[in-house]
Amino acid sequence: MSICVQGVSFAYGERQALRQVDFSCQPGCLNALLGPNGAGKSTLVALLSRLYDLQQGDILLDGLSIRQHPRAALRQLGVVFQQSTLDLDLSVRQNLAYHAALHGLSRREAAQRIDAELARQQLGERQHERVRALNGGHRRRVEIARALLHQPRILLLDEASVGLDQASRRALNQHVRALCDEQQLTVIWTTHLLDEILPSDPVVMLNRGRVVAQGQADALSNGATQESLSDAFERLSRASEEPAL
Amino acid sequence: MTAAQYLNCLQGVMQREWLRFFQQRSRFLSALVRPLLWLLVFAAGFRAALGVSIIPPYSTYITYETYILPGLCCMILLFNGMQGSLSMVYDREMGSMRVLLMSPLPRPFLLLCKLLATALVSLIQVYAFLAIAWCFDIRPPLWGLLAAAPALLLAALLLSSLGLLLSNGIRQLENFAGVMNFVIFPLFFLSSALYPLWKMRESSEWLYWLCALNPFTHAVELVRFALYQQFNLTALLVCLGLWLLFSLAAVLTFNPQRAAVRG
Repeated sequence: MSICVQGVSFAYGERQALRQVDFSCQPGCLNALLGPNGAGKSTLVALLSRLYDLQQGDILLDGLSIRQHPRAALRQLGVVFQQSTLDLDLSVRQNLAYHAALHGLSRREAAQRIDAELARQQLGERQHERVRALNGGHRRRVEIARALLHQPRILLLDEASVGLDQASRRALNQHVRALCDEQQLTVIWTTHLLDEILPSDPVVMLNRGRVVAQGQADALSNGATQESLSDAFERLSRASEEPAL
Repeated sequence: MTAAQYLNCLQGVMQREWLRFFQQRSRFLSALVRPLLWLLVFAAGFRAALGVSIIPPYSTYITYETYILPGLCCMILLFNGMQGSLSMVYDREMGSMRVLLMSPLPRPFLLLCKLLATALVSLIQVYAFLAIAWCFDIRPPLWGLLAAAPALLLAALLLSSLGLLLSNGIRQLENFAGVMNFVIFPLFFLSSALYPLWKMRESSEWLYWLCALNPFTHAVELVRFALYQQFNLTALLVCLGLWLLFSLAAVLTFNPQRAAVRG
């Protein structure tokens, strides 16, 4: 499913968080939204997920404006927020059942999908445990299972690997990539960690609310001169901050 | 979306409230201890000092405990309504509100689901309180307990919608305690829950009018009359009208942006 962000600007009062952001995502693969803290990534996720109303510009999902069809857009979206949104005192299964109900799934349908997602996330044995008892990596897996329950075609992960150890981060990243391959999911993976991006990934670089570059990661990092993505990101961010002559 | 999907959503929201309620046993106990203290300690001391004349819906002289029973039922509803709104503020701060807002169903419907769920949880507590009161020989008519159910539900919806409206104006969890003191206590004490309105009028005319205009007074009177299988039209209209008004205001002032995280 295609995602097209067109001329989106957003301000918190006086503070401009996004300025004329334009980019498109490649369907059926992991699209990295790269930027330092405060770049506007979470604001963009909040706009995509309709937690914030668009102030300027539009976002199209398969050509459908989320401004005009917000509820149709929400049916296509699964979101894993930066901050955990699981109810810690409910069990894994109860958390999933709550989400399924919010999407209008019947109990029988929800039970089938929960079983399938838990099996896929290898959480079947822990389904009756309270979320409070799970470690960070497992909680993230529960959140991904939850985000996929209503079978969305787009998955937004807002700094989903923050707070995880190196091994869990790598496992999560690989897991999401496998989901793209298996289900043709379009994923937006926001991060400030460059090692989570592969050379073949489409990347949008955001800094201070502006898109500073977009393209395939290896093309952006100027492979011929062996410049790393990190160097490229710094160079492009610096260039975007320099005043125009 | 179909009607069945709306119903599934309502069931899900209610189930979550039930689960949270049953897991928080201390909340249940404190909801019962508070009115029981009023009923068994405060009222016991006051019954000799305070005479209650025969006023509708009562057809005979009654004990003070009998008089304050409907008010204490509504006290449970009031505390629960405010507790419900506290949980909305908590959900907002903890991020779980975003799960609710990611539903493709209309947000006013989601808020009404929350209201109904909170109200039904309150009803269980009221009936548990009435059962304990029954054991202490404070017994409204048996059929009245059944007849009071719709009145209690309406009162619970009214007070929960007021709580929801208040929660929209509260930015942080820490601010909530102050609001509770400025809302719960005035609503409860400036009402007919503890004393009949004519007693208030004997004391002060302006105090009487404050009590007469208090929505909580009408909730108490609605329940009081229903417990004795009588109908108080004024109380019904006030409760119904204010419930709709508070719910509408809560939906209109609800700001989903507060539920999101800035990045």
